[in-house]
Amino acid sequence: MSLVLALALYAAAASFIGGTAWRVWTWAATPEPFQIPTTSAQQRSLSGIAPSRVESPSTTLGVIGRMFLEGFLFRSLFRNTAPGRTPAGADVCPDPIFLERKALWLGAMAFHWSLLVIVVRHLRLFVEPVPRIAGVLASVDGFFQIGSPTWYATDATVVVALGYLLLRRLRDPLLRYISLPADYLAVGTLLAVAGTGIAVRYIARTDLVAVRHFTLSLAALAPSAAPPLDTWLVLHLLSVSFLLAILPFTKMIHAAGMWLSPTRNQRNDSRRRRHVNPWNAPAPIHSYEEWEDEFRDKLLAAGMPVERNALRVEGPGSDGAAEA
Amino acid sequence: MPCESKGPGAMAQQKPDPTQLAAVDYTPPRRGWRDLPVEFRKGTYNYAAPRRHVEYLGLPNPRDWQPHDADWQLPANWKQIILDGMKDRLDRYRSFRLFMDNCVRCGACADKCHFYLGSGDPKNTPVLRAELIRSVYRRYFTTAGRLFGPLAGARDLTEDVLKEWFYYFHQCTECRRCSVFCPYGIDTAEITMIGRELLNLVGCNIQWIIEPVSNCDRVGNHLGIQPHGFKDSLEFAADELEELTGIRIEIPINRKGAEVLLVVPSADYFGSPHYFTLLGYLMVLHEAGIDYTFSAYASEGGNFGLFASHELMKRLNGKIYAEARRLGVKWILGGECGHMWRVVHQYMDTMNGPADFLEVPVSPVTGTRFDNAASTKMVHVCEFTADLIAHGKLTLDRSRNDRWNVTFHDSCNPARAMGLYEEPRLILRSVLNQFHEMPEDTIRERTLCCGSGAGLGTDENFEMRMRGGHPRAMAVNYVRKRHGTNCVACICAVDKATLPPLLEYWVPGVDVAGVHELVGNALVMKGERPRTTDLRGEPLCGAGGSHA
Repeated sequence: MSLVLALALYAAAASFIGGTAWRVWTWAATPEPFQIPTTSAQQRSLSGIAPSRVESPSTTLGVIGRMFLEGFLFRSLFRNTAPGRTPAGADVCPDPIFLERKALWLGAMAFHWSLLVIVVRHLRLFVEPVPRIAGVLASVDGFFQIGSPTWYATDATVVVALGYLLLRRLRDPLLRYISLPADYLAVGTLLAVAGTGIAVRYIARTDLVAVRHFTLSLAALAPSAAPPLDTWLVLHLLSVSFLLAILPFTKMIHAAGMWLSPTRNQRNDSRRRRHVNPWNAPAPIHSYEEWEDEFRDKLLAAGMPVERNALRVEGPGSDGAAEA
Repeated sequence: MPCESKGPGAMAQQKPDPTQLAAVDYTPPRRGWRDLPVEFRKGTYNYAAPRRHVEYLGLPNPRDWQPHDADWQLPANWKQIILDGMKDRLDRYRSFRLFMDNCVRCGACADKCHFYLGSGDPKNTPVLRAELIRSVYRRYFTTAGRLFGPLAGARDLTEDVLKEWFYYFHQCTECRRCSVFCPYGIDTAEITMIGRELLNLVGCNIQWIIEPVSNCDRVGNHLGIQPHGFKDSLEFAADELEELTGIRIEIPINRKGAEVLLVVPSADYFGSPHYFTLLGYLMVLHEAGIDYTFSAYASEGGNFGLFASHELMKRLNGKIYAEARRLGVKWILGGECGHMWRVVHQYMDTMNGPADFLEVPVSPVTGTRFDNAASTKMVHVCEFTADLIAHGKLTLDRSRNDRWNVTFHDSCNPARAMGLYEEPRLILRSVLNQFHEMPEDTIRERTLCCGSGAGLGTDENFEMRMRGGHPRAMAVNYVRKRHGTNCVACICAVDKATLPPLLEYWVPGVDVAGVHELVGNALVMKGERPRTTDLRGEPLCGAGGSHA
């Protein structure tokens, strides 16, 4: 069994690392032909008008700030609103109502940050010596010292947040309508990982020292020790394997993709500095000469300047504008 | 022409009842969206492009057809053409590939789209609009999609799917509002642009995009009015200004050696109320003493090519630099236009530059170097005028605008594809006594579209336009009720064409004006005779009026 687990985890890690690298490479290798940032605030133009350095960044530093806010604080999601419904029979043009809708942002923040803390906490199972940050986070996470072993706050928040995200998808008719099986697969897998992980710690009370021997040997690419084979641990490791294996090929790859999003990671300076399109395809442009040839008589009749006056015989060298 | 048409007589019977349109049902259909074939209902789609314009532009599959026909006369290998086209674009546009892969269907975009808000059709949510094409991407370009089909969110490309693309990619105005709210910055405008490009590969394009493109390419403006008509129009404007101010101004056309090439959307000299904006530019340029010229060859800044394909965008836009080079100007000044500025700001230099034959724009009046346009060498007229005002170079009499109580509609493209928010506001605050903003969620980066951009402003598409513009109209009504607002100022030619019928439908009694029309009203010109009317010929009623 431990061999099966080892193989599953290795296969999953390979799929995760290889798949993610392949996805990122595919995106990165595809050129971004145009500079198309979403300009969510004032551009940098006149000296008397204060530009927004982050929401409409004209410098790379500004872009870094914008990406930080997007990646770590979910800035765009924070803007979320919902239209309020006006009672039927009201004015055909009632007041526009946009209600604050921070719940989605809060749910997303709670889930992603909990996940990050949990992943870092797990580092002590893979890295020897245990990174300081893992220990620090674990003690902060267990600050409330409830129960034995101590409950981690993130174990609760990750489940609550995932539960909210799932319920929201199921309860809102529009969201249910637009959802795909893959959306339930992602949240279901994450819930399975979290649920089995909680069971390992609090129900099965698995011998974590033995687990650590096993995972450390895996990480050292020399699987030797056998883990304590209790059901919850096997389920946890299998669900983690499944999550890692599918992650690069599902919507969860947005974790990598969002950093490449051109509407967010480009500067708003496309008139200041020329953006080069590597494949800039030629296009036939209807030339002035073709245009004048078609309309010359009319231009002359209207007293408009022309390059070549058909009434005169001109050599190729003449380019003076001739008035009719 | 559709975009200009007020068409009260012709439209009167077809206009749906506002109370009906306002009662939107947001309950999703019982059947899943993959199995719901599209229904081309009158009033909600655009007519097909006429054969001769498709032929002139050399686009694929010219034919006589309409979207409501059962047989679209597609080429026999249409499916292969589309799939090859997708492959090609997946390899050329990181945006397209990323946006196919990255969506988690969180739904944050769903209720941000004015077409969803106005129609309640789930396929008008940005997420499902993109899924229309993502599902095909998964089926043919991902392993999971090939292996698991519908379970992996994949579906076959069929003629019904193609018709669905045509319908819904022409119910998106590429306004980018959703992209502000998307946590991954997914921009539906990109997806719609590629979607329309693919449709163009098999000849599925619409009249109000292809015909203006063809006209702009060959003649120089979207209506196909010939050069002498263009000249007449400008001369008429000069006459009008003389009558109004007593000052005779010259309007040069195709003049070599001018310092500045002025490029404006052609609606400014053929449309109303655009025309009053044109008068405003002419007054400011005269007063500032700018050495400029129009071009009859490159007389269209608006670029309907953007709404069909990157190639057509490039073809039309290329005329501007070509003409700047021929005329030997130093830099280019651009008028009030929405999608024109999307193209100028984010595409022009990349597509048709480098503009190394031009100089970094410098205002000859204030000495301001427009470093923000140092490479593209094209300045927005609002940047130019705001700079004049900031330096106190214009004498302005706000009271001449006192009949207007104004709000400002941020046009989608100058807002979310440029970041031009404060320049027009600086101008408006200097030329108006009465100015009130609409609610925060409906302006600036969250501005709501007119519902008719990106080539959708046609009479036949009237119902969908009114639906799409409803949220904007609600915001206008908000300030009308509270502040007595009677004028929406904007800096987009499509807005000026399509907001008037929209407001007439939802908020009667509110007019639409360009920012430079209001500047023209307030501008006190040297040597002008006392004004008795505004640019529209309406008597002045403020303290500055002669009959106060």
